[in-house]
Amino acid sequence: MYRSQVLICGGTGCTSSGSDKIAKRLQEEIDKNGLTDEVKVVRTGCFGLCALGPIMIVYPEGTFYSMVKEEDIAEIVSEHLLKGRVVTRLVYDETIGENEIKSLKETNFYKKQHRIALRNCGVINPECIDEYIGRNGYEALGKVLKSMTPDEVIQTILDSGLRGRGGGGFPTGKKWQLARNLVKDADQKYVCCNADEGDPGAFMDRSVLEGDPHVVIEAMAIAGYAIGATQGYIYIRAEYPIAVQRLQIAINQAREYGLLGKNIFDSGFDFDLDIRLGAGAFVCGEETALMTSIEGNRGEPRPRPPFPAESGLFKKPTVLNNVETYANIPQIILNGADWFASMGTEKSKGTKVFALGGKIHNTGLVEVPMGTTLREVIYEIGGGIPNGKAFKAAQTGGPSGGCIPAEHLDIPIDYDNLIAIGSMMGSGGLIVMDEDNCMVDIAKFFLQFTVDESCGKCTPCRIGTKRLYEMLEKITSGNATMEDLDKMEKLCYYIKNNSLCGLGQTAPNPVLSTLRYFKNEYIAHVQDKKCPAGVCQDLLTYKIIDIKCKGCTACARGCPVGAISGTVKQPHSIDTTKCIKCGACMAKCKFGAIIKE
Amino acid sequence: MKSLEELAVIRDKMQALVNLRNEATDCTKIVVGMATCGIAAGARPVLKAFSDGIQEKGIKDVMVIQEGCIGLCQYEPIVEVTAPGKEKVTYVKMTAEKAAEVIEQHIIGGNVVTKYTINSAM
Repeated sequence: MYRSQVLICGGTGCTSSGSDKIAKRLQEEIDKNGLTDEVKVVRTGCFGLCALGPIMIVYPEGTFYSMVKEEDIAEIVSEHLLKGRVVTRLVYDETIGENEIKSLKETNFYKKQHRIALRNCGVINPECIDEYIGRNGYEALGKVLKSMTPDEVIQTILDSGLRGRGGGGFPTGKKWQLARNLVKDADQKYVCCNADEGDPGAFMDRSVLEGDPHVVIEAMAIAGYAIGATQGYIYIRAEYPIAVQRLQIAINQAREYGLLGKNIFDSGFDFDLDIRLGAGAFVCGEETALMTSIEGNRGEPRPRPPFPAESGLFKKPTVLNNVETYANIPQIILNGADWFASMGTEKSKGTKVFALGGKIHNTGLVEVPMGTTLREVIYEIGGGIPNGKAFKAAQTGGPSGGCIPAEHLDIPIDYDNLIAIGSMMGSGGLIVMDEDNCMVDIAKFFLQFTVDESCGKCTPCRIGTKRLYEMLEKITSGNATMEDLDKMEKLCYYIKNNSLCGLGQTAPNPVLSTLRYFKNEYIAHVQDKKCPAGVCQDLLTYKIIDIKCKGCTACARGCPVGAISGTVKQPHSIDTTKCIKCGACMAKCKFGAIIKE
Repeated sequence: MKSLEELAVIRDKMQALVNLRNEATDCTKIVVGMATCGIAAGARPVLKAFSDGIQEKGIKDVMVIQEGCIGLCQYEPIVEVTAPGKEKVTYVKMTAEKAAEVIEQHIIGGNVVTKYTINSAM
């Protein structure tokens, strides 16, 4: 029995800022102070507030320490763990009230969150199956096997209104129903999990697998029972080493407990799971390409139909769901479809996890009920935009999604609303941009990504995205005409309509949505040859304002190419033919005499 | 794993551990003074006794925490029990054995063990 537990985040974010060293040091200090039998150190998954990592929580008080360093450990142990005096300087400042330390649940970051998919992340040790069971783990699987028919399971998921969290938003129950009923005499069926998370900025699937791997195993076994499959595969990218490792540990533990394997819960139901590693191709997140890759072939998509429910992996009926989708299943089984359907909007039930990134205070992972507005997510939970800058747009859905401008900040987020305003839910990456971001440049960034990641199988995507990228380059270098803008829009629709898979069909979305909401920025690049945000280098010129220049020569000495000339105590000037626009002079000038426009 | 009962055995065993990670907001707090004076007077076994006792008996909504010096060093180890909506009870010169009595009679039974409170000591 321990009187106190110290939870340390072992997610990828905190691990990269040294949480494993901190955990080791903490255990050493605890041993040194003779607290070994009293205080337990637990490595957990992600808490969500990645911007403040490495993160540590001390229970039972719930003291939340942020940005902990190895040097702080001795003090935390001798002061807090031994003597009960909280080390206030390390406490997350949002939890510091007037006379006391507030509960984490009362902070802006946590109070509007509702955690279902992430309920165990940052709470349990993901490498300990007993802790998962202590949080009612595997009870849903037991309930399903002992007291429900496969059709009742599918009906429950249908009634809950759960939709695919990977981006498409297809009703999960419907998918299961099709896989169960479409092919009557299949000798084998499969359950697959898509953990090939590839959108820039999205990391919720990784966090679920790192923080709560058993939930995915349990949910896949439930799916297997529902559709009549005995084998499952988790397709996960090799770039997630911690997630892969914890998943493998979890699978081994589940097998040891007989929660995977033959005759689970003495019900006659067999189910086993294996991991398949992806080599990091974005297209393998597309369902047909993913299954082709599991089969051992080059990861390329194929036309649908036939859909996987009819002919999927190894040409057998297959259910493929995303990690976050699975993470909801056990809770729906335990608490009922009505409980789940009571959250969210009319057509989007439950919660959604978002990965906040870009120009935002609280970079990290949040889970909110569907229908929460973008304003609440960005300003209340996310803490707003740093340095007092103005919000310009939020990018959702990664390279398949679009940019949402300020005028739509108050729209309740759900699948249908986001599509209506030209973006999409996608996997839930949410990148915030402020006045310093150039929207043409953003579109170019995402296009560069799809050009790199296009598998090359179909022409509209392989060549179309490349041409589209070149057009954007023409715009940002100031060589485009208004006619090019029209051509570009036409090409976008051509790619959308003719590409083979989702990658190509959605690749032009970043261009189309920025054209829709920020056309004036495009026009400024084309007609005025200016980049209003001051990002596109080819359109910038650095200038010295004569009346402000004191002739201190600091800029001339700082210029790496000798483009600045002038005599001491006289205004200097920049030779624009030599200038490489590196901005070094601007950084050197103490008088604000150098501007870029 | 052959039955739900087997699963329940593990769950019940683990629940005390994982439930400690829930911050109950409206719960009874048992606060043990753990400054140098308290520790010297033997507060650590007292804290341990409270913490173990609460977990062993599976008592919910009770939080056992430490605090620094309460200010009455000659009466250490001091333990304060605060239940929502009730007056604070201060126990003094505590031991692990007395702690077990307090859990049994006060926390579970709802009767303050007056013979250990500060009022009867002063």
